[in-house]
Amino acid sequence: MDLKGFDRPGAPASGDTRSVKVMIAGGFGTGKTTLVRSVSDIKPLTTEETLTQASAGDDHLIGVAEKTETTVSLDFGKISLNDSLMLYLFGTPGQERFWFLWNGLFKGALGAVVLVDTRRLASSFRAIEEMERQNVPFVVALNVFPDSRQFPVEEIRDALDIPPHIPIVACDARDRASSRDVLVALIRHLKDSSAAALESR
Amino acid sequence: MSAPRRPTDPSGLERYYVLTKGRSGPGGSASSLDVATLIVSRAAPAPGTQHEYAEILRRCRDPLSVAELGAHLGLPFNILAVLLADLLQAGHVEARDPIPAHDAGRGPDLALLEEVLSGLERL
Repeated sequence: MDLKGFDRPGAPASGDTRSVKVMIAGGFGTGKTTLVRSVSDIKPLTTEETLTQASAGDDHLIGVAEKTETTVSLDFGKISLNDSLMLYLFGTPGQERFWFLWNGLFKGALGAVVLVDTRRLASSFRAIEEMERQNVPFVVALNVFPDSRQFPVEEIRDALDIPPHIPIVACDARDRASSRDVLVALIRHLKDSSAAALESR
Repeated sequence: MSAPRRPTDPSGLERYYVLTKGRSGPGGSASSLDVATLIVSRAAPAPGTQHEYAEILRRCRDPLSVAELGAHLGLPFNILAVLLADLLQAGHVEARDPIPAHDAGRGPDLALLEEVLSGLERL
């Protein structure tokens, strides 16, 4: 058996690696998994949660026979930013009615990208409301599908009721560079908001 | 006559029930585990360590997120969290929560955002 690493506890190679996370939200079919897939260093994976989590506080047995379970999946990917910093991207479950399971999901996230399909704006209303409710800083990314009509961004901002300080960018979620640019837009937005917050103190 | 066989249901609830000894969620420090929390082994698995625990220790020689572990081991988050709570309590693994952009009381972390940005720009 290979024991490499165990004889040097706290060795620099893995000693100080940390993680940050960004959430990819949006309605069903807006391209969340596609974006995670295109920009991730690893083959995107899926982690699962079951509805039994909802009764976690009640100390119920989880093995009750014939209990029907609903599995909620979370697609995720990883980007190695440097030797000691990993960025994890999590696509939120498409069925927003299960988001209550992931109440802690946005906690500790740097921010979120809300993907919008301009052909079906309404499918992302719920995601935007959820970001506002949970106070998660976000940018809006318009995933441009081949048959998308060209909407002026201001028209979309108006329709989605997005305040002027929140960036809206267009992207092709299938394209790695384009998806990367969406993440860059989010981090720049976070920096700008942080700088503004520091100044106002 | 064939010997009686133990019912096997390796991917089902019975497996989870046995693995977690019937516990439905982690207690103590592991209840704050996040899907992006990194787990790092502090020791090699001792001989005779239960398979799933040994597997976690082997896979986390280099830091691995709870989400990745769950995907590799085929375990849902809440089940894995129970196992990790045991390992944390025994001091066999270390858990590092994701760095939030805003640390409580310390304001926005511009240096962190700068580090993330330059990492992304190198992609």
